[in-house]
Amino acid sequence: MLKDITIGQYFPGTSIVHKLDPRVKIIIVALFIASLFFVTSFIPYILIVAFIAGVIAIAKLPVKFIIKGLKPLMFIILITFAINLFMTKGEVLVELGPLVITKEGLRQSVFMALRLVFLITGTSLLTLTTSPIALTDGIERLLSPFSRIGLPAHELAMMMTIALRFIPTLLEETDKIMKAQMARGADFESGNILSRAKNLVPLLVPLFINAFRRADELATAMEARCYRGGDGRTRLNELKFVTRDYAVLTGMTIFFAAIISTRYIW
Amino acid sequence: MNDKNNNIMIDIQNVSYEYSSYIDDSIQLAVKDLSLQIKRGEFFVVLGHNGSGKSTLAKMINGLILPSKGDVLVNGMNTRDEEKIWDIRSTAGMVFQNPDNQIVATIVEEDVAFGPENLGVPPAEIRKRIDAALEVVEMTDYKSHAPHLLSGGQKQRVAIAGILAMEPDCIIFDEPTAMLDPSGRLEVMETIKKLNEDKNKTIILITHYMDEAVEADRVMVLNEGEAVMLGTPKEIFKQVDRLKSLGLDVPQVTELVYELNKEGYNFKDDILSVEELVDTL
Amino acid sequence: MIIELKDVDYIYNPGTPFEKKALDKINLQVEEGEFIGLIGHTGSGKSTLVQHLNGLMKPTAGKIIIDGQDLSSKETKMKSVRQKVGLVFQYPEHQLFEETIYKDIAFGPKNLGLSEEEVDKRVRDAMELVGLDFEELKERSPFELSGGQKRRVAIAGVIAMKPKVLILDEPTAGLDPKGRDDILDEIRKIYDKENITIILVSHSMEDIARLVNRIFVMHRGKVALDGPTREVFSKTDELEEMGLGIPQITKFMKAFKGKGNDVKDDVLTIEEAKEEILNYLRSKKDA
Repeated sequence: MLKDITIGQYFPGTSIVHKLDPRVKIIIVALFIASLFFVTSFIPYILIVAFIAGVIAIAKLPVKFIIKGLKPLMFIILITFAINLFMTKGEVLVELGPLVITKEGLRQSVFMALRLVFLITGTSLLTLTTSPIALTDGIERLLSPFSRIGLPAHELAMMMTIALRFIPTLLEETDKIMKAQMARGADFESGNILSRAKNLVPLLVPLFINAFRRADELATAMEARCYRGGDGRTRLNELKFVTRDYAVLTGMTIFFAAIISTRYIW
Repeated sequence: MNDKNNNIMIDIQNVSYEYSSYIDDSIQLAVKDLSLQIKRGEFFVVLGHNGSGKSTLAKMINGLILPSKGDVLVNGMNTRDEEKIWDIRSTAGMVFQNPDNQIVATIVEEDVAFGPENLGVPPAEIRKRIDAALEVVEMTDYKSHAPHLLSGGQKQRVAIAGILAMEPDCIIFDEPTAMLDPSGRLEVMETIKKLNEDKNKTIILITHYMDEAVEADRVMVLNEGEAVMLGTPKEIFKQVDRLKSLGLDVPQVTELVYELNKEGYNFKDDILSVEELVDTL
Repeated sequence: MIIELKDVDYIYNPGTPFEKKALDKINLQVEEGEFIGLIGHTGSGKSTLVQHLNGLMKPTAGKIIIDGQDLSSKETKMKSVRQKVGLVFQYPEHQLFEETIYKDIAFGPKNLGLSEEEVDKRVRDAMELVGLDFEELKERSPFELSGGQKRRVAIAGVIAMKPKVLILDEPTAGLDPKGRDDILDEIRKIYDKENITIILVSHSMEDIARLVNRIFVMHRGKVALDGPTREVFSKTDELEEMGLGIPQITKFMKAFKGKGNDVKDDVLTIEEAKEEILNYLRSKKDA
């Protein structure tokens, strides 16, 4: 049931994209996002689309799944589109009463909406091709140089791993508590915002208490297994760059540098 | 002295544990002046009702909590010794009651790796240990599975594998079957027996289920933090009235013999199984 | 008839690779005043079945009629169904949330829209039924209590709704022998005192044997056996095939009888076994 929900769904596979070191993928996505904000015209978008299409093809990702991923954010995309459409000043094209659509507005709204779509799609490419553990390992390794200046990279990664591990468990717990309270006549559905918030108390209080209890027991179990922070820890799967990783990273850096440069050349 | 120490795995010396009561702040004793020696390779069971102090005792054995008075020695190492505490915990591993709240990783083999990783074991060696541990608990087929999809019994076996991967001499089980269904309980008990018989691990099993104590080498009954009975299962279980007054159970067949003997018969009073009773009658 | 299920199916995740038929053409009738034991392996459909009985889950096929009300009919109000069929989940103490025990037990009656006096009466009665002292505990936080006490508070919370049917899912889970005996005694007391139908879901054959007068055995989503306690427990082979056991004492009597001894083997408790064996021994002595 609720057990099958995974945050940022991971689609296991054996493509080159899947096999890339997670750090490479994280850096590429960072470059991707940066490039999106440097691009000011539509032409480089062709390259962006080519990139996304290329990854989807190589990794054999299900396109309808990616499109489904846009659904929850449809609202924001539409708002962005609408705001830019009606609020941009310029050469008037159409007048609908108080609302004015300009040529610049039309261009801007499409441009911004597309940027959002690419942003969401690009990030989901990362989570679709990288398992949650690989992601947290990658983030931990990338952040670990900063632990010298006080950033608790290992602890953050451990927190992320544990959170990911417990999401399905806590969802199950939520389901159980909801059902137990509903069996006592609790109503989680009707009423205005205020009363619905109040009605959440019989759900949230037990959930929090249980979560704290779990945390306490888990901490004890971790101590019993000699956990004492990141110092001296080895890893079962040490991340190591191979030639392919270097090659892809270099290639993609050049690719996105080119895209970013279009802002200044075009 | 050394010879004696070689044979003693856990040495509990006049241990007490104090805490202040939630309700009125008075000082209470969870464990009162307890002394006990557990031999290497022994299958030792601690029986007691909820609140008898058995969990507190369990946590003192691997140093998760320190006694207020007295000392606990694991393989000669004192749990008060901060330098030795990690050696103690890798020598005496512990499996807890709630299968979910012991599993840290999102994939079975990653969780089994957790202990060795903490000990700084090199990756190639971790790999070997994981494979061996999963083999022992018969969960090799599940090594790439997500733990939350496993049954309670399977989760506990993964937890046991996680401890085995640290290569302990002794494993403490704190009510490991209390939250499991009958088949899960069976899986775990069979694994525990295997660990004791085939792998020679010293086992300390904390439980309130008497049928889990039936095959132990020795059983200790704890009540209000004190050891009130200590002996072989047969010696302990024939004292039906005493056990009942301590809030514990005996196997139904043992109780039947006890009832028959009350009527004047004189059957062997240490019968623990159906087969034994059938033979006797 | 207070509960009737006709050809009830339930399919999890229909149309996906995770599709599973949890309930398969279930037909059941429960009369008022019965004390029923529901047994079955984990995954046999027990929990799913039980959640259908108070409308928390809706069947994918078939009809469920509770006290004359068809659950699928538009006129049926779920709240009244949930009042009529009280469901106590496993580890019910995990649902406690209020500041005081009084308030937590009052949650159910309040949701039913009862007057303050009626709510007060319900809380007092419920606490008495589960053996909790009203004056001593009403203002205390439920989180201060021991596990067994917390469980009683949770059960009282359901009883306070005065259901006609009380379903308890593994009420003794995680309790030690004394705690188990206490709760089962209380359940028995409630059954004897109130005019109530009880369905007890349990893995413990000994507990079931001691309390219930009828047993449903679930296996792979179907009702595999349905009959009086003695009758069901006499079917050892079928039960074993389903991975279920029988009380140790019953097992012993069967084994003993199997050796050719003249004893009744449909024994459910130690007292009954004692009677049988004593008779047997005396007759042997006389012979």
